[in-house]
Amino acid sequence: MTMADEQTTAAALPVAPPSPRFGETFAHARYVVGDNPVTGVSFGLLLILVICALIGPSIVPYDPLASDTAAALQPPSAQHWFGTDQLGRDIFSRVVVATRLDLAISVFSVALVFALGGLAGVAAGFFGGWTDRIVGRIADTIMAFPLFVLAMGIVAALGNTVTNIVIATAIINFPLYARIARAEASVRRNAGYVLAARLTGNSDARIVLTTILPNIMPIMVVQMSLTMGYAILNAAGLSFIGLGVRPPTPEWGIMVAEGAAFIVSGEWWIALFPGLALMLAVFCFNLIGDGLRDIVDPQRRT
Amino acid sequence: MVKTLVDRLLTTIPALIGVVVISFLLTRVLPGDTASYFAGPAATPQAIAEVRKQLGLDKSLPEQFLRYVGDLAHGHLGQSLTTGQSVVSDLASRLPASAELTLFGLFLALVIAIPLGVAAAVRQGSWIDHACRIIATAGVSLPVFFTGLILVYVFYFVLQWAPAPLGRLDVFASAPPTVTGFYLIDSLIAGDLETFRAALAQILVPGITLAIFSLAPIARITRASMLSVLSSEFVRTARASGLGPRTVIVTYALRNALLPVVTTLGMVFSFLLGANVLVEKVFAWPGVGSYAVEALIASDFAPVQGFVLAMAILYVALNLIIDLAYGLIDPRVRSSS
Repeated sequence: MTMADEQTTAAALPVAPPSPRFGETFAHARYVVGDNPVTGVSFGLLLILVICALIGPSIVPYDPLASDTAAALQPPSAQHWFGTDQLGRDIFSRVVVATRLDLAISVFSVALVFALGGLAGVAAGFFGGWTDRIVGRIADTIMAFPLFVLAMGIVAALGNTVTNIVIATAIINFPLYARIARAEASVRRNAGYVLAARLTGNSDARIVLTTILPNIMPIMVVQMSLTMGYAILNAAGLSFIGLGVRPPTPEWGIMVAEGAAFIVSGEWWIALFPGLALMLAVFCFNLIGDGLRDIVDPQRRT
Repeated sequence: MVKTLVDRLLTTIPALIGVVVISFLLTRVLPGDTASYFAGPAATPQAIAEVRKQLGLDKSLPEQFLRYVGDLAHGHLGQSLTTGQSVVSDLASRLPASAELTLFGLFLALVIAIPLGVAAAVRQGSWIDHACRIIATAGVSLPVFFTGLILVYVFYFVLQWAPAPLGRLDVFASAPPTVTGFYLIDSLIAGDLETFRAALAQILVPGITLAIFSLAPIARITRASMLSVLSSEFVRTARASGLGPRTVIVTYALRNALLPVVTTLGMVFSFLLGANVLVEKVFAWPGVGSYAVEALIASDFAPVQGFVLAMAILYVALNLIIDLAYGLIDPRVRSSS
């Protein structure tokens, strides 16, 4: 598996380019986005998500926690765009406010796994030997578990908090990042510019940080975007089964779980809208990931 | 062949050791007091101290680990507080329900995804190719519990085609005599078509939910590997020899294209075993997943730990089977090793 990865990457990138000129990348990015409007749409969607996450709580029409039992279980109307739930809370407000928490969980977990997995992988690929073996063994052991099940076990053991959801999501993504970073780093280990850096007297740590990391960054960023979607799904799945986020807090997974009880009696709007928000967010990150890959690594376009 | 088998069996040992170490660490080293978990929420300090002694938590870590491994070797995974049974017997009695659902979902996914992937590759760039891409992208973006709820709403509430999402059989039907533990198979063995129909009606919607979730990677890899096989020389030769398109595609191309699909099944199983937990919760399916979720909510830790360990061992075993099947299908793997 790792060997095959290495070979394909090696074949795809015969000469590791030092950072390409910005203007060129930008022109290429414009070409790709122009060629594939879906990527443009997904960037627009991302903008909406980010706006909701940043200023969501101050633009929503209702307090996401205020219950109003007189207006409970109302279907969508002009007053309550997405209807109200069993406690009369406005679902539109809750869905918008939840964006911040859902995005925060996935951003932090992806950042964490990028730092841990990326560095471990680069070290494994650059130094080889024992470092490589230890990192590989850790990754293999994590991969021996069905990943969502492992995340359940980790959250159950560490304690039922949002922080632990972030940690669990980072851990289950570790093998992916470590492997990619390892493959990319080991391809570049003996590249001309690395040898040149070494010849001019740079230390190993300096070479890793100033020449290898910047060069594998584009591929890692693509990976981060693709994993963002998976991280959101994973976190929502955990909160759906009652881990992490606690009830009155608005969060998409838990809102779908609350709506689940009402689906069989026909109150579809409680689960539908948070579910759609979740789906759109994941869809958006997957499309952006595909689009970014086209920009970064044109040979792999399908 | 025997040597390959033994070699492959040996490679699972490090994975198994890793799994056992991690599941040990999950309960013992990480923060949170295991003894108070096991003693239950209403336990007195004395009771907790007693449980701690009973579990051997007053000993050093290596000693605890040896004890843990010893317990595992004897098939002890502890006691569930909520059911009062041993975790092993609970898991064993609920495993067939989960296995039936997972395999049924996988079967549906294969039946849909492989023809879809083949059609997309054969007619590259046509509407079916685009449909395949949309389905594949949507499949990985849809949260599985959300798909399940939508299907329940459509098929149970609106269309009233499906029965209430409440387990493996409705309350009026009785379970068939146990042979395999799979209701679909057991009812056929007993010749009880009424029960078979009832069981099929219950499993269909959760099965479709799992299938939608897992068909994306299968369809995608089928398409990709069909495309590469179709452009290979032996397919060109087969075409040049005047064989019909059906023979070329099914007999020559598909048989070779299925190899990467078999490899992907490992990843698909990883997703499926996780998705199963969520689907079981949505459909009140009495399997190991909903057992673990109930235990999690009740802070009953032994079943959760047993569940994680059992799923990991099952997953390692599945990967082993997939590897061996790969060797059986592809003669090149056999001769090279």
